[in-house]
Amino acid sequence: MTVTTPTPRRTRPAATPRERAILSGFDWRRPRIFVGWRAMHIALFAALIALGAVPLIWMLRAAISTTTDLVQHPLSLIPDPAKWENIPTAWTLLDIGHYLGNTVVLVGGSWIVQLIVSATAGFALAVIRPWYGRFVYGAILLTLFVPGTVTLIALYLTVLDLPLLGIGITDTPWAVWLPAGANAFTILLVKQFFEEIPRDLFEAAQLDGAGWFTIFWRIVLPMSRPILAVVSLLSIMTAWKEFLWPLIVLTDPMTQPLAVALPRLAQATDPAYLISGLLIASIPPILIFVIFQRSIVRGIGFTGLKG
Amino acid sequence: MTMTPERLRGATSGRAAQAPVPPARTRRGGTRRQAAWAGLIFLAPTLIIFGYFAWWPIAQSVVLAFQQTNLVDPAEWVGFRNFEILFADPLLSRAALNTLWFTVLSLAIGLPVPLFCAVLMSELRRGGTLARVLAYLPVVIPPVVSVLLWKVFFSPGESGVINSLLALVGLGPLPWLQSPELAMPSLVIVATWSGAGTAILIYLAALTGVSTELYEAAELDGASVWQRIVHITLPQMRGIILVLLLLQIIGAIQVFTEPYVMTDGGPANATVTILLMIYRYAFLFGNYGVATALSVLLALVLVLVSAIYLRLTRSWSTR
Repeated sequence: MTVTTPTPRRTRPAATPRERAILSGFDWRRPRIFVGWRAMHIALFAALIALGAVPLIWMLRAAISTTTDLVQHPLSLIPDPAKWENIPTAWTLLDIGHYLGNTVVLVGGSWIVQLIVSATAGFALAVIRPWYGRFVYGAILLTLFVPGTVTLIALYLTVLDLPLLGIGITDTPWAVWLPAGANAFTILLVKQFFEEIPRDLFEAAQLDGAGWFTIFWRIVLPMSRPILAVVSLLSIMTAWKEFLWPLIVLTDPMTQPLAVALPRLAQATDPAYLISGLLIASIPPILIFVIFQRSIVRGIGFTGLKG
Repeated sequence: MTMTPERLRGATSGRAAQAPVPPARTRRGGTRRQAAWAGLIFLAPTLIIFGYFAWWPIAQSVVLAFQQTNLVDPAEWVGFRNFEILFADPLLSRAALNTLWFTVLSLAIGLPVPLFCAVLMSELRRGGTLARVLAYLPVVIPPVVSVLLWKVFFSPGESGVINSLLALVGLGPLPWLQSPELAMPSLVIVATWSGAGTAILIYLAALTGVSTELYEAAELDGASVWQRIVHITLPQMRGIILVLLLLQIIGAIQVFTEPYVMTDGGPANATVTILLMIYRYAFLFGNYGVATALSVLLALVLVLVSAIYLRLTRSWSTR
């Protein structure tokens, strides 16, 4: 089968600076506007640094401080003395490695399930288009209008004893992995992307004797890397932040992710060690965000509202 | 949820009659049936997962609300008893008022501040990326981490971080999480801190969509910067502002992590929210029926809020 894979259609030209927005070049040359907006921008940056960066720097500082130093100089951003050994101590004392491992397993599985569900559903609904597709799509959209917390208890009872199968999956990663797939937003996103692929491509491939699976695997997936990347980033970041659902279904402490374990550990831990734990739980999502910030920001523009 | 009567009517009468069934793209006979089977195979994961973890729980919620279930004895049909138990609970009105108070407070900050920041940020000539990263960083932090971190910030006495800051300007110390009056505003501060970044980015995306010709024309007509913001920017943003406002209301009504981790409903029940009550009924008292009944009430409130909201805003947003 020879299907030439065209370059992804969604590649956008590199962002060019906008010509103008509310203010024009002429405005900027007027002293009053220049000084006023400059002052507001400086104030904005001061606020962004104070609220966006300082709490995180403080968290790093507190993680390597002594408790007395924290009490005596709560506002200082420099530890005196710096106790770097706090972090390895907290790591072993709170068993952070274990909980971090649990988090990674839960996030990874949720990510794979979401990718599989959204890619296959998007393909079926946008490319194969069976006659009942509209009804399935409608039923998927319906779930957007029912907030997750509203069906929380019923979902918990379902997971406790899966209908027809008669098995319970609480205290196993499946209880987090599988429900993560029931996400209408990612299906919507992927379906819309797939719909923009020209249909001639599929028809040509079909004439060459390609089946649906070949079209899916050899044409659609390779062309969809941008959207699959956005879905991946969103699902990983969401799964990492999850709290209420794992709290409910993972009652065995050994199966819990770091986010669920931390409040429990907080009750009987020295603040400096606890803050080391908070720091460790924050570093992976911060790194992912800083590395992929362009795609993530674009993804938020796409989904807009998932918040 | 957003299905208003109008839209339902439109869907059943006008649109269904007009929209013809799209002709199956068949090249050879049998493709249509073959597509039906292939579609089913590709939809299988979705159908199974949505069936088990979305559609079934939605349907079950309605049934469970009228049942007595403790997972040990077989479920028993009890009619409206769950709702009676709920309404006899003096905590319900308290939780409803607390949730309302949280929602009002978080809208008072959470609506204007991100909009203002986004307008300022859209005019940045340099450092726009840095500003976006800084604004979004708090959103990236897992909610539990930000709540636990802010719990440290809010520690009472003079050595608390916030109280030390207040002391610099000669105020405090304040008993943030220990006083019934201040506990809820403290939670709102944390929730806004960790949520505002998303709103800022969405507003920023919307701001780039405002056409520059409009600004140019207004400027030629002598409109000041302020007039341009009021008469061009804000009207163009109206749609997204209204959507975000609704989503913020719906999100705030379902607040859980902040009160659960930070105050556990205290002090003196000042931060017990509806979702905290649902959680307690189910997982502290093991009374899943009453918990579900409260969920159903919450769902009804959310539907009602959306419907009223859409009705109120329709006239502005289509003008």
